Amino acid sequence: MKRYTIPRLGTKLLLPLILLFALYVQFHGDYGPGGGFQAGVIFGAGFILYALIYGLDHAHRLMPLWLLRIGISLGVLIYASVGLVGLLLGGNYLDYGVLDHHDPAHGQHLGILLVELGVGITVSAVMVTIFYAFAGRGR
Amino acid sequence: MLFGIYSLVSASLFVILDAVDVAFTEASVGAGVSTVFMLGTLALTTSREKTPAAHKPLLPLLVVTITGLALVYGTWDIPPYGDPANPIHHHLVQRFIEDSPQEIGIPNVVTSVLASYRGYDTLGETTVVFTAAIGVLVLVGGARRRRSRKDEPK
Repeated sequence: MKRYTIPRLGTKLLLPLILLFALYVQFHGDYGPGGGFQAGVIFGAGFILYALIYGLDHAHRLMPLWLLRIGISLGVLIYASVGLVGLLLGGNYLDYGVLDHHDPAHGQHLGILLVELGVGITVSAVMVTIFYAFAGRGR
Repeated sequence: MLFGIYSLVSASLFVILDAVDVAFTEASVGAGVSTVFMLGTLALTTSREKTPAAHKPLLPLLVVTITGLALVYGTWDIPPYGDPANPIHHHLVQRFIEDSPQEIGIPNVVTSVLASYRGYDTLGETTVVFTAAIGVLVLVGGARRRRSRKDEPK
């Protein structure tokens, strides 16, 4: 794919838009359709597109494997620790209402945002990791 | 390729059914990423089947049959599909739709159900994704690749 100009240029144009759209889906999930899972998949798909067009070595330089492995576990950790924070502040596990003392709805908002962030990080890292594993195997 | 088209068509179907979140997931996962993974798998496989190791298929067959029967037995207790008298249409849906603007304060009820009311489920799902990645890494990931590289010079 490296010698074809049109896919390379197209990727260059599309990639920032894809990543931006993923972030939009991630943080606008409270108001419109979408959320952590979809955003993670789109974010991962952006890197998969990059790896398909520019080759696995460039993609490894852009998104190294150690970062992905941290990302996979970090997302689940964020999710679980948001639950634990709720527990420490005197609520139930995964009860976000206690995260804000004045207004439980604000706490819910914050909790959902953090939890969706965790889901997004894990899902995007997992997608890219699986693609790396499949694409790297054949070489 | 057919899988991708099928996913895209069902994503449009979900949009018609006003399930935009599901359509979003179906379009990005079903039509996008899993097609790429399918092609990656096809690139790894060969056209000829390897001769399987010789062991009796009886025990796996027994396990699969018993699990399948148990799952079928479990479906008998599921309320009939699309019946308006199902319990979910009477308590949960109304409560979520009526109370979530005050309790959560987020316009998208799907997000508040997924992340807050059903927080345990979503935590479980994230853990499933996490476990799936570890499984894939163990099966086709780093360690095996290093071994095959070592084999290559022979």
